[in-house]
Amino acid sequence: MKVIYTDALVIGAGLAGLRVATGIKDRGHDVIVLSLIPPKRSHSAAAQGGMQASLANSAKGQGDNEDVHFADTVKGSDWGCDQDVARMFVNTAPKAIRELANWGVPWNRVRKGKREAVINAEKVTITENEKAHGLITSRDFGGTKKWRTCYVSDGTGHSMLYVMSDRSIKQEIEIHERIEATALIHDGERCSGCIARNLITGELIAYIAKATTIATGGYGRIYKVSTNAIISEGIGTAIALETGIAALGNMEAVQFHPTAIVPAGILTTEGCRGDGGVLLDVDGYRFMPDYEPDKKELASRDVVSRRMTEHIRKGKGVKSRYGDHLWLDITILGRKHVEKNLREVFEICKYFLGIDAAKDWIPVRPTQHYSMGGIKTCYTGESPTLKGLWSAGEAACWDMHGFNRLGGNSVAETVVAGMLVAEYISEDLEKNNNVSISTALIEKFYNAEKEKIDQLLNGNGTESAFELRDAMETIMMDKVGIFRNGDDLIDAVNELEELYKRSKNIKVSYNSSASNPELVTAYRVQKMLKLALCVALGAEQRIESRGAHAREDYPERNDRDWLKRTLATWDSDDATLPKLDYEPLDIMKMEMPPGSRGYGKDNIWHHPDTAKREKEIEGIKANMPNADRFEIQKALLDYPLPNKYKGKNERLIEPLS
Amino acid sequence: MSEEKGRLLKIKILRYDPKVKGSIPEVKTYRVKEAPGMTLFIVLNEIREKQEPSLQYDFVCRAGICGSCGMIINGRPSLACRTSTKSLPVEIRLAPLPVFELIGDLSVNTGKWMRRMSERLETWVHDKEKEIDFSKIEEKMDPDKAEEIYELDRCIECGCCVAGCGTIRMKEDFVGAVGLNKIARFEVDPRDNRTHDDFYELIGDENGVFGCMSLMGCEDVCPKDLPLQHKIAYIRRKLVALKNK
Repeated sequence: MKVIYTDALVIGAGLAGLRVATGIKDRGHDVIVLSLIPPKRSHSAAAQGGMQASLANSAKGQGDNEDVHFADTVKGSDWGCDQDVARMFVNTAPKAIRELANWGVPWNRVRKGKREAVINAEKVTITENEKAHGLITSRDFGGTKKWRTCYVSDGTGHSMLYVMSDRSIKQEIEIHERIEATALIHDGERCSGCIARNLITGELIAYIAKATTIATGGYGRIYKVSTNAIISEGIGTAIALETGIAALGNMEAVQFHPTAIVPAGILTTEGCRGDGGVLLDVDGYRFMPDYEPDKKELASRDVVSRRMTEHIRKGKGVKSRYGDHLWLDITILGRKHVEKNLREVFEICKYFLGIDAAKDWIPVRPTQHYSMGGIKTCYTGESPTLKGLWSAGEAACWDMHGFNRLGGNSVAETVVAGMLVAEYISEDLEKNNNVSISTALIEKFYNAEKEKIDQLLNGNGTESAFELRDAMETIMMDKVGIFRNGDDLIDAVNELEELYKRSKNIKVSYNSSASNPELVTAYRVQKMLKLALCVALGAEQRIESRGAHAREDYPERNDRDWLKRTLATWDSDDATLPKLDYEPLDIMKMEMPPGSRGYGKDNIWHHPDTAKREKEIEGIKANMPNADRFEIQKALLDYPLPNKYKGKNERLIEPLS
Repeated sequence: MSEEKGRLLKIKILRYDPKVKGSIPEVKTYRVKEAPGMTLFIVLNEIREKQEPSLQYDFVCRAGICGSCGMIINGRPSLACRTSTKSLPVEIRLAPLPVFELIGDLSVNTGKWMRRMSERLETWVHDKEKEIDFSKIEEKMDPDKAEEIYELDRCIECGCCVAGCGTIRMKEDFVGAVGLNKIARFEVDPRDNRTHDDFYELIGDENGVFGCMSLMGCEDVCPKDLPLQHKIAYIRRKLVALKNK
């Protein structure tokens, strides 16, 4: 048995994983990163439109700061987020973007003077401040009060990932490519690493570490059509679930992005609408202002996706052999803008649709895009129930997105969480220097993995892994989608449970223990079915609508009974359903008690604490007549942060002394 | 349209798994019914799921941005995910990218090659490693300069330029257009303190910018349309000037 020891193990080499790894290495600890693929191929590279940080450099970003970003994030989450974490995030995001600028990301910059832009389908002239010339600029995105989304054309994630990856090479961080973690090693209290499989040779390896971080991204691929990379199968999330100790949070919170192309499901960035693009129906009519007169196409993603679906259901979709779709029109932005600032979109349209996006409308439809749910962590990034297990980025439910993530907040989360979690892990490594692990424990997990693979290759199973995966994807798509209802969800849970039982009886037809894509599908589909069950059961039980979780039979947001986070665990190998528990969110500790997001008509059952806390906040504010925004904020919510990142953020109108 | 009729595609794949004892390279033919909007990503998945579960290939983003799926398609290095069958004849020949270590069938180890290239050329901003306070406003950069850097930063390390390079067949240590483009990217970046002398140390020889024979295969096949030849010529001119000083 091959055993590799290190201080810190990071599973996943996208932006979050690499930022955790480089941060830990900077503090002088050894770190090994495992990745299914070369790191620069990670799904982070697909983030097109940008990263939110309240720099307030551009004319339309004037007046922005952490408080505005915080309010947008909390509202966007439909009050489902952890407000401590949201505060930690908004204060660190400007530092993260400046750090990346220093490391080499070529952020687009403010150009002084007048420039043309398109707002609400009309050409307008914006005048940029001379003092801001050369500072990082920003574009508009959905659900934000200010233009806050910093960008590199529409290849933001690509540039960020390349800089991060090259930095990890500079730091000589060991990255083990084409290695897949298939089980976590733990003794019921502490996680001590993982068993991993070499995808080329099939060899199993035990990685032993004092801290193990899962940063494997989302689980979008449990759906038939997703904007996610095909490796976003949630395997990191699933192996945490399979410990039986670590919990997954809010798995039913799944985001659908309004504008993926039909039929391939490839994303066109929110920047298309942020820069002035509009949505049109079968008649070429711009319908969003009828539904959302205020934010129109730039309402929050969950809202736009639902409105589009409603409009299609009214018969206003464009019929096609792949089902109904709507149009995204960016022709109004002009060829120069499209070919430069929306270049990836232009290329995607050219290659996958055979159209010229500067002159043709793009066929789009809401499509699975982001997993708000994931491994439940506390603010440090560590699992509250399984010590030594950490998580960051989309894989985690940290939880700054609650039930709906704002565009531009996900790449921002990857690096910000990476920075902060690296500090907390390092502190922990420095405190807990002696962690003992028995070789018997390592062997137990090693043998279990070996047996599972033997069973798939040489057992008497009859089921096809490809067929089970296909069936799962279809159920999720048809019954656990944008609009949900009790009957469909009950069906989905029952059908998925049946598939899960059948998945114990898979037979792999190609009998090689080395590189074997069918074998990989087989053990992954067993894990993905567990995640799908967490999503479906969580959705079935949550009888309210919040953010991206929209129940047709329970359209109200119900703070009184449902202002709580779903926690899913998988008790034993014999279980065929997850166990759900709930963790209430304490309104009395919120800086921003639950209110209206300002979309459609207000449809909320309030919690009695909301009025109480509002009154309390009024009182606190009234008692501090001379306080500045920082002092008031601190009085309302005194959130944690590593010392290194506590400083105030400088802006042109807020110079640091 | 021809796609409506649904051609019966003949997919010929060069198959070989170096890990399997006794395996010899052979071309195997698979027949797939063409569907509207079909890409090679869809074709290969269909072959794996219905005909040949052992078939190895790499896709990640399937959207033309991650660079995983470079392969030789009818003789030309390209990204398979964004190649539509409509653009190809009935017979489609697929082979792995040459130069890179073969993992099996259409899967090659570009990751290992690219990491070595990055280590060798130190593909990161070299600054004085001064302690920077990130609470402070960032350093300014000319907006045109930022766009100029991004223009070269768009490389996705897919390996097509390496596979299409004549020089590398003769000099296996040649850094390739991908490597020279990285140098060009950091050369324009004002945050990188390296001088032309420093770049000369890295690529001022036959395995670097003076090895290129200007066959232009790299630029012909680059899926991101990077100005590779122009940039190689530019660096060469700069470094020649240095040499003649």
